[in-house]
Amino acid sequence: MPHPQECFNLLRIRRLSAVLVLLLVLSLSLAGVGIAEEVVVYSARIEKLIKPMFDAFTAETGIEVKYFTANEAELFERLKAEGPNTPADVFMTVDAGNLWLAEHAGLLQGFASSTITANIPSHLRARDNLWVGLAVRARPIMYSTERVQPSDLSTYEALADPKWQGRLCFRTSRKVYTQSLVATMIKTFGEQRTEEIVRGWMANEPRIFNSDSKILEAIAAGQCDVTMANTYYLARLKADNPDFPVAVFWPNQQDRGVHVNISGAGITKHAKHREQAIKLLEFLSSSKAQNLYADGNYEYPANPAVEPASLIAAWGSFKADKVDVAAAGEFQVAAVKLMDRAGYQ
Amino acid sequence: MTTDQMKTVSLRGRLPRPIWKPWPVAAGLIALVVAMPILVVLASLATPHLEVWRHLWQTQLPALIGNTLALVLGVGISVAVVGTALAWLVAMYRFPGRRVCEWLLILPLAVPAYVIGFVFLAIFDYAGPVQSWLRHVFGAPLWSPNIASYGGVVLVMTCVFYPYVYMLARAAFLEQSGTTLEAARALGAGRFVVFWRVALPLARPSIAAGVSLALMETLADFGTVAIFNYPTFTVAIYRVWFGLFDRTAATQLASLLLFFTLTLYLVERSWRGRVCFYQTSENGRPATPIQLTGWKAWGACGVTCLVVGVAFLLPVAQLSIWTLTTLGATDYDSRYPQFMFNTLLVAMLAACVTLGTAVVVAYGLRLGRSRVVGFCSRVASMGYALPGSVIAVGVLVPLAFVDRVLASWLHATWGVTEGLLLTGSFVGLIFAYLTRFLAVSLQTVEASLVKVTPSMDMAGRSLGAGPWRVLRRVHFPLMRGGVCTAVILVFVEVMKEMPATLLLRPFGYETLAVRVWQLTSEAFWEAAALPALTIVAGGMLPVLVLLHSSTRHR
Repeated sequence: MPHPQECFNLLRIRRLSAVLVLLLVLSLSLAGVGIAEEVVVYSARIEKLIKPMFDAFTAETGIEVKYFTANEAELFERLKAEGPNTPADVFMTVDAGNLWLAEHAGLLQGFASSTITANIPSHLRARDNLWVGLAVRARPIMYSTERVQPSDLSTYEALADPKWQGRLCFRTSRKVYTQSLVATMIKTFGEQRTEEIVRGWMANEPRIFNSDSKILEAIAAGQCDVTMANTYYLARLKADNPDFPVAVFWPNQQDRGVHVNISGAGITKHAKHREQAIKLLEFLSSSKAQNLYADGNYEYPANPAVEPASLIAAWGSFKADKVDVAAAGEFQVAAVKLMDRAGYQ
Repeated sequence: MTTDQMKTVSLRGRLPRPIWKPWPVAAGLIALVVAMPILVVLASLATPHLEVWRHLWQTQLPALIGNTLALVLGVGISVAVVGTALAWLVAMYRFPGRRVCEWLLILPLAVPAYVIGFVFLAIFDYAGPVQSWLRHVFGAPLWSPNIASYGGVVLVMTCVFYPYVYMLARAAFLEQSGTTLEAARALGAGRFVVFWRVALPLARPSIAAGVSLALMETLADFGTVAIFNYPTFTVAIYRVWFGLFDRTAATQLASLLLFFTLTLYLVERSWRGRVCFYQTSENGRPATPIQLTGWKAWGACGVTCLVVGVAFLLPVAQLSIWTLTTLGATDYDSRYPQFMFNTLLVAMLAACVTLGTAVVVAYGLRLGRSRVVGFCSRVASMGYALPGSVIAVGVLVPLAFVDRVLASWLHATWGVTEGLLLTGSFVGLIFAYLTRFLAVSLQTVEASLVKVTPSMDMAGRSLGAGPWRVLRRVHFPLMRGGVCTAVILVFVEVMKEMPATLLLRPFGYETLAVRVWQLTSEAFWEAAALPALTIVAGGMLPVLVLLHSSTRHR
């Protein structure tokens, strides 16, 4: 340990401030210089899930993709604060609720692309092409193959039946997946009926978890028997262990269908590389990228021409809820308040 | 000598009258700038969103406040007891393994709370190996302990936060002059009475500083309580922000955390009263440690090893196992050294900036004793009780405004189209760290400064030295331990910090904590072990440096 006086002498302070200034200049030059052939993405999807597609895009078009990942709410704040100065061209996130919110916060701009219109069905796109769904996730019922007969299961609503007392594990209502599920129920059933259903679920005293994977592991270990979870979480576990004792049940096949949601993207209002951004979205909707989506994270491709990964294709096809996915955003606040009232944490 | 020192214990000293104004003024201004994000948070109260408040109050808020109070109480008591007891044990006794445990006990500080959280959940939850094994051996029990509960959260937070109390209390006990304690013994006090009536009261500013740091962390924490699904006040903040899309109401809720912190502070202040804690000399002969023998020695060894084992070795072992088992599908790529460098660089910068600010503010307070400066510094150091993302927004909003003004000026004057001078650079990030962690630095610096008797200032000043010279030549050498502790604590904090980093990092600037977020947010827990372990390793470096220097200078 040097003598304290040396530790704080002016020379060091001067050297430190020189470094500081240098870093500032460096970071400015990194942030600011606009090269023609690049596109900047703000993504709530993590690098692991988006990089393969971006790499393929760069290989095909020569356009470099730069990305910045964070939680969606934080990306909103950054986009809003940066305003017209934002470097972001594309905003990418999961859940239609988030895309709807970005649309209504005025963060996105419309774009016209016949390629995207041809590739992605209309119910997975915003009405005015402000955003587009790029992959579909279903949130069916999942059950323990050791303790539950599939014939006991029917609909999401039927999980309110007292026979499931103490046998349910649910994802926390903080998660947007839960919020969207309930929001689309409000769109279909109205608020009163939905609240009765949610109160019915709560009367069965489900254990609340912070992660779908943890819930599935808890079912395998015998802590509970039934849950609702996104398909790709089970697919990941099944890929590691084909005998994992949890299976998918497609609920509501006689009526509205399984709750589905999307991950998607839109072009920011102040995009500096609009053309490249459209090219990127077109590429992401193409069969090539859709295959990467399907195999990388076991999501269902949004492009109907592309087959899902064989692992999840084996679970069979299902009738999906055709309710406009934007309802997830429209009724999200109502859903959160409803779950607050029903005591769903 | 002995009576002299006894006198200083209860000395009600007075600092010299303020003569030289610039210090307090500078301190006040700096504190005000640091407090800006917090003022932004408070400003949200101007437009109360009553409808959201009413809804929250009728539904979850009362329960959340109850949970938060219970957590603060539980964590407060347990870190105070664990930290102080271990510090006393290590400082005053000799037993097998003491030398190793003395520094091992600090290391849990290097483990982020959310990491211990998800590791403990993986190990001890129903589906985890421990309970699975128990069920395998003893059959399915009627009742199984639930780690995702109040007890679990208190356990995790105690594991991560007790080192604050331990470090500060240990330093305080070691600084206590042996003659003071021996005088008490000579006057007929037993060992426990010496601890309870002399050593503990003398160490109280340090212990209180440690406990209040731990409690502010507890209040600000979101990661751990989210993993354990134990809903506290921060959960309400995030729910309103992310679920009801009402950032203003979320900020209003966050400002309640500030009032809560203020209450904690006032309570501590009123307990402390007007007592002062000066000791005349740093070099008083330290107390002679007592050699423990027999079962006492092994008991002491067992207790320290247990704490080290649970709070540090266990999580590190689990992370190592995960890292090794995911070696094939590892997160590692060629950019990792860059991530490591980025993390260390930003932590070092933030630690230095925060220390500089803390010293100026603390010294300005000492010289000026102005109520205004005092108030500003209190507000500025409340950032520690706010969740990182709330601070980040508090930084982002004013800086983005400045950015826009600057950008239009640059464009008009120079034709430069550069938009994000502050928010796109390190300025925003370092600013956020400064506001978030000033309390850590300031508490530590103040705790050492308060022990320097004013007669030193008076002597220095009457010999003709200016305040700067007195600070450099007298205070710095005396506060050296505190200053190093402050640098290291902030360094480690910044390495672990996730939410503000996520929001404010310059474009393309990835750190290890961001890496952990990337993986845990998509439930790739095992893959997150590698960056988490690297954070722990990085955080251990300065802790070891601190220990090395403190043992050499003992």
